[in-house]
Amino acid sequence: MITEPFTSGNSVIHQVDPRLKIVLAVLLAGAIAVADRGITLTAGLMVAALLVALARLEVKEVLRRLAVVFGLMALIWVVLPFTYPGDPFLKLGPLHASKPGVLLCLKITLKSIIILAIMIALIATNTLSALGSALHRLGVPGKLVYLLVMSYRYIFVIENEYQRLMRAARIRGFQPGTNVHSYRTFAYLAGMIFLRASTRAENVYRAMLCRGFDKRFHSLGSMTPYGKNVGFTLLTGGAFLLILVLEIWGLKIRGWGI
Amino acid sequence: MTQEPSIISLEEIYFNYPGGRSILNGLDLEIFSGDRVGLVAPNGSGKTTLFNIIMGLLKPSSGRVTVFGKERRTEHDFKEVRRRIGLLFQESDDQLFSPTVLEDVAFGPLNLGKSREEAVAVSKKTLAFLGLDGFEHRITHKLSGGEKRLVSLATVLAMEPEVLLLDEPGNALDSAMKSKLIEALNGLPVSYILISHEFDFLSETTGKILSMEKGKVLFEDEVYVHTHRHSHKVGRQPHKHV
Repeated sequence: MITEPFTSGNSVIHQVDPRLKIVLAVLLAGAIAVADRGITLTAGLMVAALLVALARLEVKEVLRRLAVVFGLMALIWVVLPFTYPGDPFLKLGPLHASKPGVLLCLKITLKSIIILAIMIALIATNTLSALGSALHRLGVPGKLVYLLVMSYRYIFVIENEYQRLMRAARIRGFQPGTNVHSYRTFAYLAGMIFLRASTRAENVYRAMLCRGFDKRFHSLGSMTPYGKNVGFTLLTGGAFLLILVLEIWGLKIRGWGI
Repeated sequence: MTQEPSIISLEEIYFNYPGGRSILNGLDLEIFSGDRVGLVAPNGSGKTTLFNIIMGLLKPSSGRVTVFGKERRTEHDFKEVRRRIGLLFQESDDQLFSPTVLEDVAFGPLNLGKSREEAVAVSKKTLAFLGLDGFEHRITHKLSGGEKRLVSLATVLAMEPEVLLLDEPGNALDSAMKSKLIEALNGLPVSYILISHEFDFLSETTGKILSMEKGKVLFEDEVYVHTHRHSHKVGRQPHKHV
């Protein structure tokens, strides 16, 4: 089940024009992704925390989302320190965890958390239709926007259809197993879902035509007060510049920081 | 008194799906302003196809479609038709594609060039008319079957059409919702064609009933709805006259 728990707030961040949020989220995420210095990442972490705080999101829910990253990171922490060459940092029997390896893990983890937190604060606070409309106005091709918005709506219908077909198979005694009969049945199921999805797509398109759809998306999102957009742009744009300056400035006096 | 020109006129319409059997076979139909017509026919007799042809969603292999006094051929011709005629689809899930109810109902008005404020206002008004106050921010895919049906009707009505084509509007509605629908239909100043299998429902919402057979609309046995008193055995039990 997909829910949009972060879209319902009424904070400053929620009121900012989605287009600004998308552009700045991409800039910040890009800067963080290529940043290498500890000081830059620390600043990034603070910016992310500030944005989440400004959006007044439920901390528990945000942490629950971030927890997904930790699962992935665990895998990197298990492998990378022991395979990366460098001075040993920790010895576990025959295994040596190298210092650069541990540092690299730390950086990857930090970057992932920062980028995800920024995305939660800036992207997840828009409803999907507002995002679709904003992306379209930013020049993303209509077909892609269409695909995004429609996938969101119809994923549930497709899931229902799968459940219905599966039930129909089960009440006639179908038990999945490792045999040709099961594989064939699943292939039929998949084929049937594709068929139904394509028929449905055709009907939905007709319904849209009937309501005057002319390949443009309109959004109900209300107009943003000018001041809030400017304030947000100054703040977040400033944070982006700060990250850039820190990264470049840090490089110039190499050997001082991490 | 001269007769007003028809608002929808189909002449000699033929239609078949590629490689399939013929669905419509020289169909003729005329609808006049103020008509409230019921359409009863077996499944697969081409009722839904007929609606799609009126809206220009399917092109007949031959025949003439005239709507609001103009012959309609190209996609461009049908744009005006779609603005003035509202089609309620048989399947609500086909019609509701926006995440929330308000966005879905406002979709049509926004496409017609209304401002956001106007679109929201007309959407709220339409929802209230159908007794759906407070549904604005409900998630469309989480509505019950009957609620989806009424919201679908709201999406059509919000465009303020002059004519409605209703494909089994009573589907999935419980009796309370159905009476709400009957009341709404009777309160609307529009003409409509309504497909249904239920005579009770048709008798409360339409003035005449047509049927289809072999890809044609039958006029010979136009059924006029009327009530009469009579007596017979076990008349107290609920029963049907066909």
